[in-house]
Amino acid sequence: MRVTQGAFSFLPDLTDQQIRAQIEYCLRNNWAVSVEYTDDIHPRNTYWEMFGMPMFDLHDAAGAMSEINACRKTWPKHYIRVNAFDSTLGWETVRLSFLVNRPPDEPGFRLRRIEAQGRVQRYEVEPYATGERAGRRY
Amino acid sequence: MGSPGHTQVLDTSKRYAAGVLKYAQMGYWQPDYVPTESDVLALFRITPQEGVDPEEAAAAVAGESSTATWTVVWTDRLTACENYRAKAYKVEPVPNNPSQYFAWIAYELDLFEEGSIANLTASIIGNVFSFKPLKAARLEDMRLPLAYVKTFRGPPTGIVVERERLDKFGRPLLGATTKPKLGLSGKNYGRVVFEALKGGLDFVKDDENINSQAFMHWRDRFLYCMEAVSRASAGTGEVKGHYLNITAGTMEEMYKRAEFARELGSVIVMVDLVVGWTAIQSISNWCRDNDMILHMHRAGHGTYTRQKSHGVSFRVIAKWLRLAGVDHLHTGTAVGKLEGDPLTVQGYYNVCRDRVSEVDLPRGLFYRQDWGGLRKVMPVASGGIHAGQMHQLIDLFGDDVVLQFGGGTIGHPMGIQAGATANRVALEATVLARNEGRDIRHEGPEILMTAARHCKPLQAALDTWKDVSFNYASTDTSDFVPTPSVA
Repeated sequence: MRVTQGAFSFLPDLTDQQIRAQIEYCLRNNWAVSVEYTDDIHPRNTYWEMFGMPMFDLHDAAGAMSEINACRKTWPKHYIRVNAFDSTLGWETVRLSFLVNRPPDEPGFRLRRIEAQGRVQRYEVEPYATGERAGRRY
Repeated sequence: MGSPGHTQVLDTSKRYAAGVLKYAQMGYWQPDYVPTESDVLALFRITPQEGVDPEEAAAAVAGESSTATWTVVWTDRLTACENYRAKAYKVEPVPNNPSQYFAWIAYELDLFEEGSIANLTASIIGNVFSFKPLKAARLEDMRLPLAYVKTFRGPPTGIVVERERLDKFGRPLLGATTKPKLGLSGKNYGRVVFEALKGGLDFVKDDENINSQAFMHWRDRFLYCMEAVSRASAGTGEVKGHYLNITAGTMEEMYKRAEFARELGSVIVMVDLVVGWTAIQSISNWCRDNDMILHMHRAGHGTYTRQKSHGVSFRVIAKWLRLAGVDHLHTGTAVGKLEGDPLTVQGYYNVCRDRVSEVDLPRGLFYRQDWGGLRKVMPVASGGIHAGQMHQLIDLFGDDVVLQFGGGTIGHPMGIQAGATANRVALEATVLARNEGRDIRHEGPEILMTAARHCKPLQAALDTWKDVSFNYASTDTSDFVPTPSVA
């Protein structure tokens, strides 16, 4: 399966040139770009590992590209995403987030059901990969 | 305007003599009045009867929507009546429409109970629309003073927190309404929900009139829909949702359905506008207490928002709903099957999303409105739209909108999943291209055709619906610009 988190996961994986164009868009909007990675792709896993701090004073997309590449080199089989943070009053949140790396094999998720009263099911979604300990999942 | 008929009678023995005075003479026409920062302001479009002059008609609107009755009453003198009288302070002809006038009216803040849309509307639209000296009236816009705004709690979730909860940023959200609207059993209904979510939509939606009918009781629908949501989430790794419509005959029943939706793990519930203002504010409080997104379907609004001469503009309804506290609001598509001039519709979007809305006459915004930190409402564009219009929709409305393709998903020739995938690919390709600096308004069709090269479902969608547009003249347009139509 293909995890479709992030803004562009229904398109073919972005080339570095395409990634760079998106980062330039973020910089034009004065958003702070950051790189994060994880091997726990659960949809509610909010806090991925930060690969360094958000690049608040970055002016050239090349700086972000070198961070992305360093992260890929360190964690070649992890999910890696680029976030763009907007500190404008009333937003103060991520305005764009997209994947720039994914494991070669994505085994997907197990859905567990537990029967409860009145035909209610309790659902639990678990990435198959998280059966392994962190660092050995992909 | 200085004629005796328009001048307030200041001599109290004459002013309070038993009998009938003109509204202007009673003090409801105050051309020198300067509204204060804390006044509630309302702009009415009025069509006076033959022979009724516009200043008197405006004064009558001010009177009938505040303290007046048809005759003089001495009991006014037991109150600080000057304070409680609404003041009509300006009348001007509507451009290119000789029978209609804009009447500008100011209301003292003390006239309104804090945090109650029911009370606000009982004054502003309570009696006045039936008033005989007017052929017709329409409430065009309102300015809610910051002091009043802060008595409301507003959206329980808002755009920012909704996106953080869903972990979806930088693109419009995608939805669809299950079709056919009525008649599917719970099991078949859930099938449509699963297919659409698995194929790439973020949300599926109950329609406004899906409640608990003989063909599908509400519990059955909730159970099958949450099975579909959970399966689709496991199949994609994304947070998914289905707007469970909890609209019911009583508040007790609505709370019961809301609690069951919560028990099943739904992220969102929905109500229809027809449940009424008090019910909306109550369920909004419940949503705030339970971390639930509240989707509002504006069922019924067209009966009073569409015609320019009569009713309440939807921009006013949107303002009231932002105060009352909804998270999603259907605000029109401009390009789809339902009424909506593009600029006018953009005005509604601004009301939902701005921190401060500025005066913008072409978009129908007559006042500056400070929202005082109230959360932003996510607008929803739904009704007769398809993947081939993606560039127009994103160009008109930007990223913070839910685009809902019902027929455009479920009617896809290759099936519902393919329909959903077509929409998602079209969406992502268009956003990617826009961010790269391309002019999507003009290059949109080419961008979509290129994306379709790696996505057969998108190609099929473009082929199926390429000639579909709903190109009719809008009825509700600004009087301050010529109205272009969108092909």
